[in-house]
Amino acid sequence: MSAKLSSRQVGDVTVIDVSGRITLGEGSSNLREGIRGLMAQGNKKLLLNLGDVSYIDSSGIGELVSGFTSVANQGGQLKLLNLTKRVKDLLQITKLYTVFEVYDEEAAAVRSFA
Amino acid sequence: MGENASSEGRKVERWLDSVLDSVDEAERLAVEMAEELGFPEDDLHKIGMAVRESMVNAVVHGNRYNGRKKVHLTVIGGQDRLAVTIGDEGEGFDLGALPDPLAEHNLLHQSGRGIFLIRAFMDEFEVRRLVPGGTEVKLVKYLEKKR
Repeated sequence: MSAKLSSRQVGDVTVIDVSGRITLGEGSSNLREGIRGLMAQGNKKLLLNLGDVSYIDSSGIGELVSGFTSVANQGGQLKLLNLTKRVKDLLQITKLYTVFEVYDEEAAAVRSFA
Repeated sequence: MGENASSEGRKVERWLDSVLDSVDEAERLAVEMAEELGFPEDDLHKIGMAVRESMVNAVVHGNRYNGRKKVHLTVIGGQDRLAVTIGDEGEGFDLGALPDPLAEHNLLHQSGRGIFLIRAFMDEFEVRRLVPGGTEVKLVKYLEKKR
């Protein structure tokens, strides 16, 4: 199942709930378009909830990095929430775990944007 | 083409189209064989991902989605290992010229992590040029007791 996205507002933070597989093709393009669309609407505090992401490949990792830099270049922030062990392991071996701000608890993540 | 059992174990062979659906099929075939061999869940994920990254390289960067070019997949299950070869009909690439994705200045690059992940997840990784053209990668994963 390709990645599916839905977004909700918690205060001034936009939480993006992602589920499924973020892989080359539909999965990674859904993520790219989703982040672009939210930024185009003026949302600059993005929290990507990856708790229901079952699989991510190097293309998916690339989309996370691309989203992170695109949001930062427009003066915003993109942070990660609820990583599964596999996604966390992937970010660690690619040395990206220290690049992203990662949270296990939504309330703490939302507060961190203040 | 097809499946057979030999002295080296069971073998599955396919000539796949240069489309993304072939990536899914190769991943499925390799993981099914690995499951039969008794690889643990974590290794199944690593094998699936390594095959997936190799297939993407073959379909996207090697054959460039060319409808006239095929990807040759073999999956061989031995007593102590799974071996997967993936051959394309592309221009080839220089393994030594690939940038290090862990270098500080490359960390925020969108691409360039595929080969690194394959190496991280498999026990052996070899690349060879095919004659008259193309590239073949060979991935091997050993069952834990033999490592």
